[in-house]
Amino acid sequence: MKKVLAVMLAAIMLFALAACGGNGGTGDDKGMSESPIAEVALNIDYEVPADFKIGFICLHDENSTYDKNFLNAVDTIKEALKLTDEQVIVRVNVPEGNECYVAAKDLVTEGCKIVFANSFGHEDFMIQAAKEFPEVEFCHATGTKAHTEGVDNYHNAFASIYEGRYLAGVAAGMKLNEMIAAGQFTAEEAKMGYVGAFTYAEVISGYTSFYLGAKSVCPTVTMDVQFTGSWYDATEEKNAAEALIANGCKLISQHADSMGAPGACEAKGIPNVSYNGSTYESCYETFIISSAINWAPYYNYIIGQYAKGEEIAADWCGGIAEGSVVLTGINQGVAAEGTFEKIQALVEEIKAGTLNVFDTATFTVGGKALKSYKADVDTDAAYKADTQVIKDGFFHESEYRSAPYFDLRIDGITLLNEKF
Amino acid sequence: MKKVNFHIVKREPMVWYKNVLVRAVAIIASLLVSAVVITLLTGKNPFQVYASMISGAFGSSLRIWSLVQNTAILLCISLAVTPAFKMKFWNCGAEGQVLISGLATTAVMMFLGDSLPYPLLIVVMLLTSVLAGVVWAVIPAFFKAMWNTNETLFTLMMNYVAIQFVAFFLKYFVKSGSGVLAPMPEHGLPVLFGQSYLLNIIIVAVLTVLVYIYLKKTKHGYEISVVGESENTAKYIGINVRKVVIRTLVVSGALCGIAGLLLVGGTNHTISTTTVDGRGFTAIMVSWLGKFNPIYMVLTSFLIVFLQRGAGQVSTDFRLPSAISDIVTGIILFFIIGCEFFLQYKILSTKSRKEND
Repeated sequence: MKKVLAVMLAAIMLFALAACGGNGGTGDDKGMSESPIAEVALNIDYEVPADFKIGFICLHDENSTYDKNFLNAVDTIKEALKLTDEQVIVRVNVPEGNECYVAAKDLVTEGCKIVFANSFGHEDFMIQAAKEFPEVEFCHATGTKAHTEGVDNYHNAFASIYEGRYLAGVAAGMKLNEMIAAGQFTAEEAKMGYVGAFTYAEVISGYTSFYLGAKSVCPTVTMDVQFTGSWYDATEEKNAAEALIANGCKLISQHADSMGAPGACEAKGIPNVSYNGSTYESCYETFIISSAINWAPYYNYIIGQYAKGEEIAADWCGGIAEGSVVLTGINQGVAAEGTFEKIQALVEEIKAGTLNVFDTATFTVGGKALKSYKADVDTDAAYKADTQVIKDGFFHESEYRSAPYFDLRIDGITLLNEKF
Repeated sequence: MKKVNFHIVKREPMVWYKNVLVRAVAIIASLLVSAVVITLLTGKNPFQVYASMISGAFGSSLRIWSLVQNTAILLCISLAVTPAFKMKFWNCGAEGQVLISGLATTAVMMFLGDSLPYPLLIVVMLLTSVLAGVVWAVIPAFFKAMWNTNETLFTLMMNYVAIQFVAFFLKYFVKSGSGVLAPMPEHGLPVLFGQSYLLNIIIVAVLTVLVYIYLKKTKHGYEISVVGESENTAKYIGINVRKVVIRTLVVSGALCGIAGLLLVGGTNHTISTTTVDGRGFTAIMVSWLGKFNPIYMVLTSFLIVFLQRGAGQVSTDFRLPSAISDIVTGIILFFIIGCEFFLQYKILSTKSRKEND
């Protein structure tokens, strides 16, 4: 029933997008630029054993932008390593429950040496399977428990996507500046809107880095955040985006997996910074840029470690240098002049370590700059803050574990609802 | 007005081998139609698709165990709804009754798991889950018996209450925000001979025999049949209908309670709003297809679980949308249900009837 509804909604969305393609909008279609981040080639310095098999567990299938991103990376690594169909087993639509444990066990009996799962809620079931099959490596994206669980064959991974969000935020800030200069609104009215899924650290880290990126070039900017309570809900995401626009937001970004928010922006002619991949095809009048995680470098890493007989790290966090954090090209019809060059320069600064996204000089909490902060890095029943994460003048995100733990509510960002 | 030139009449019972033959033909026909549909929609070789279906169900000892265990759970829920349906009490609430029992089991495992000695813990788990199932079934039964409320709507709504209860308690149990409660296999039901699903299967096998005896050989079972056939007849021969309704729903709820215990305590060791996964409704189909006979229901529940697991394997092996496997399952069930119709009735053209007259 739900699936039928989803398909119907998707169809309606498509019509809506097609119908609104002609009106409104500020952009002239000048096409997409290259990505400002040069592509990082996979470094393959090992031989894959002939009997090697790897299994992937995905929460949904290609219809979700989140899962599609993982599945694309599966295809990339499969091609790069010339793996056969028998060596790469993909299980899609595996719910966050006992089904995940059964699927993991099934992949082990199929002969997989590594089992990978992609959803936060898969974690406990992966750990359960990891304890049962110590000879198989279990790798899990977005999880938080590997560094404390003490299960040697269980590993977490993420990417420093906050760097990608920051860069996308810079593109957003430059667009605001351009609109201010054109007299569309004053510098004080420069407000962005953000559609988030849940109030987890992952989302907070994402929207804060996006905001800081924009603020670095447009100092007067503020931001409203609206949560939907779901990772995939096209209607809610569209409603949230429309409410933000009605509330005076001049530019929208989102951290949720449907086309709801970008579609609403295209219909209203409001610039949009996307996530997980380009929405240029259907929103060419408003799409600016999108950041995404490329999982192929992590797949390459775990298969390499296995092939070389070396340990896989409990936590692995890829960045721009590893090719894990990527940006799409820039929509030249919408983005401000000079965006490409600016981002390219900042990429070099991030790589050199001279630019820290969460520099405590750039934000305040409750009117004060932070000197120290303890975050909840180690998962325990009480959810106690346990680790000092501000050192040397910046917040060390994704350093003490791969998954984000930045959960500060910084000044300039207003949360419109917190029920999720 | 156009004249309808056919009519439907009930058949004489057929000899057994014809019965078997008709069903076999139906299954073969359904496979052929599905093969055509698969080829047209996806361009895949249908034989490979069927091979992947069979491998999904029987491909390894793990998959066979999983198949039998899932059959056992579905059968257990089907056994639970059968007495009520036989009585023509449309219990559409098995989903909620199993879920709420699962929630009760989860709560016991969580809060008493470390403090109670293990044998006592199992007893408490059994009692609370059965009690939860009974309460969830008896509330609509009581309203039906006393004020003749509509049990279909009432039991359906009780499902949503149960689902929201689970959602609420998950918020309360799980603080991380993932909404996923970590499994607690250490507080689960005992594992026999190193086979984690064996106990479930044995319990359901015993229940199947017990429910068969209860329905076919006891006074209670007879009363259920009479109330189901005609309430007035039941009243006339002195059966207390209210009592039978409530008593039968106690049995129904208790069996759902055991299903919840086996599902959470024996298999999942955790709970989510989708733990029962629609099996409370699939069970109704199992029960009808099995003509309310627990022994036939073994076959029908096996067939449905086989189709589901096989179809799941197809969609994952060929990276097809899961809708394709649902379509195939639908086609096969359509033929099977259709052939049951033709086993009981035949279509005659009205003309030939006139000639006969």
